[in-house]
Amino acid sequence: MSGATETPESGRFRGVVDLAGVRTGRGPTIYVYEAPVRVWHWVNALCVAVLIVTGFLIGSPPPTVTGEASAHFQFGYIRFIHFAAGEVLTVFFLMRIYWAFVGNRHARQIFYLPIWSGTWWKGVIWEAKWYLFLTPEPKKYVAHNPLAHISMFFTVTLGTIGMIISGFALYSEGAGRDSWQAKLFGWVFTIFPNAQDVHTWHHLGMWVIVTFTILHVYAAVREEIMSRQTMIATMISGERQFRDDRDD
Amino acid sequence: MAQATETFYEVIRRQGITRRSFNRFCSLTAASLGLAPAVAPQIAHALETRPRLPIIWMHGLECTCCSESFIRSAHPLAKDVVLSMISLDYDDTIMAAAGHQAEAILDEIRTKYKGGYVLAVEGNPPLNEDGMYCIDGGRPFVEKLKAMAADAQVVVAWGSCASWGCVQAAKPNPTNAVPIDKVIRDKPVIKVPGCPPIAEVMTGVITFITTFGRLPELDRQGRPKMFYSQRIHDKCYRRGHFDAGQFVEEWDDDGARRGYCLYKMGCRGPTTYNACSTVRWNDGVSFPIQSGHGCIGCSEDGFWDNGPFYDRLSNIRQFSIDANADLVGGTVAGVVGAAVVAHAAVTAVTRLTKKR
Repeated sequence: MSGATETPESGRFRGVVDLAGVRTGRGPTIYVYEAPVRVWHWVNALCVAVLIVTGFLIGSPPPTVTGEASAHFQFGYIRFIHFAAGEVLTVFFLMRIYWAFVGNRHARQIFYLPIWSGTWWKGVIWEAKWYLFLTPEPKKYVAHNPLAHISMFFTVTLGTIGMIISGFALYSEGAGRDSWQAKLFGWVFTIFPNAQDVHTWHHLGMWVIVTFTILHVYAAVREEIMSRQTMIATMISGERQFRDDRDD
Repeated sequence: MAQATETFYEVIRRQGITRRSFNRFCSLTAASLGLAPAVAPQIAHALETRPRLPIIWMHGLECTCCSESFIRSAHPLAKDVVLSMISLDYDDTIMAAAGHQAEAILDEIRTKYKGGYVLAVEGNPPLNEDGMYCIDGGRPFVEKLKAMAADAQVVVAWGSCASWGCVQAAKPNPTNAVPIDKVIRDKPVIKVPGCPPIAEVMTGVITFITTFGRLPELDRQGRPKMFYSQRIHDKCYRRGHFDAGQFVEEWDDDGARRGYCLYKMGCRGPTTYNACSTVRWNDGVSFPIQSGHGCIGCSEDGFWDNGPFYDRLSNIRQFSIDANADLVGGTVAGVVGAAVVAHAAVTAVTRLTKKR
């Protein structure tokens, strides 16, 4: 299970625990997430963390500061960090979209759902059963399992696009009607003439991402321990190692 | 009824105003509209040559606060607008004529100035029960509105009622009151929202149309850019306290006395497009924030449904109980968090029991 197999002969390299003659085995390893995908993942995670904290504070500001107004720029800095993190997130997301075209096929996975594929739907049901403790073992997947695929598509891909659009639309209010943000994203106010509605939707979007983060971290840790393949390590090295040689 | 062929200049000279004062008025008007000084002669020329503009002012479902605001205009004075600049041919709340006499004016204007009059609408038409919730001159207001709009040159939507729907269109909108651009689709509609709109904004829009004979530049929502392109927040004199992080936390706290930012008290300045923080009210005396109360966003679409007025976060209308984004989102995140903990516990127990 752990990727190490016991063999009678002694390995060429020995650590303290290897003295009993344990040698590292060679489980099947596949290179899944290329460097740009991994860099995007972690930069995105950092940006999202910053955006959630600052975004929440923009909705509910910290206690008032005293003294002369000119001596402080507290709320200004909170907003600046939020905008800066949002812009970094956007740049990396655009890079990520570019990589979907030039990267390997796993780089494209989160941008569409193969709803026409019966195998994929069977996988969705299988994974749902695995999470409901109805099957003893999950299946093996090179990239995201179908259930994770659905949550990636809706919350990460569509969620990020929605937050970028609503975020830049709100930013354009301060940047002014002649700004490029207003030219690109001003159409949002045709759908929601009252910007307060856009604030509300953007704020709800934050909670969608908070909820996703809870599920995502839990699922990643659980799968790292319980599944038949590596999870968290894969997003660091890019390589996915499988823990058995059985099919599926 | 005034003679619609008389020019503004003729009227003003007839009233004993000097050429010098007239020129000064043109310069001030150019300045108040944010135009270059070189435009002042253009304004003068227009007022000397153009016939006064016939205006029909109609009232649907409304409270007349727009009219109340209009008559308080200081620059230009409402009396100058009504008596000199325009030819206010019909306004059922302030006109001398009544009954059939009044209604006859509508037909007369419609035929005499076909395609050449301005239709100013205060209030909006309710559509339920074939418009029976607003009967004006013996027939549903919506019919009268459509008929008069058909031959108008341009339609001005006064206030939030005509522009967005306002209180009568707030949830659940029993009469199905709709903004006028939902029933007038083939004419340009200038929206001048506000509950009421600022007096000088109203007269400013009229001045622009009479002066240039065309519409002012409008934004995406059909509002004149010169008054509605920036938020209250962008020109708020308390903005420095907002950036510093100095907020009023409670009414009558020290921050309120010091005039800190009203953001936490639900001020809608950051999402409200209007000219209150620059033009102000009652000849520039004050505006809500200056008087210590947050903006309620009265010139915005559906502002009644975006309450509470004293909370930064709006309630989400889809929930019957009072719930804002933090309550809804926080509850979802909390439930999911608890579910994750429970799931992890079940996982651990299953795993441990199976190993034994």
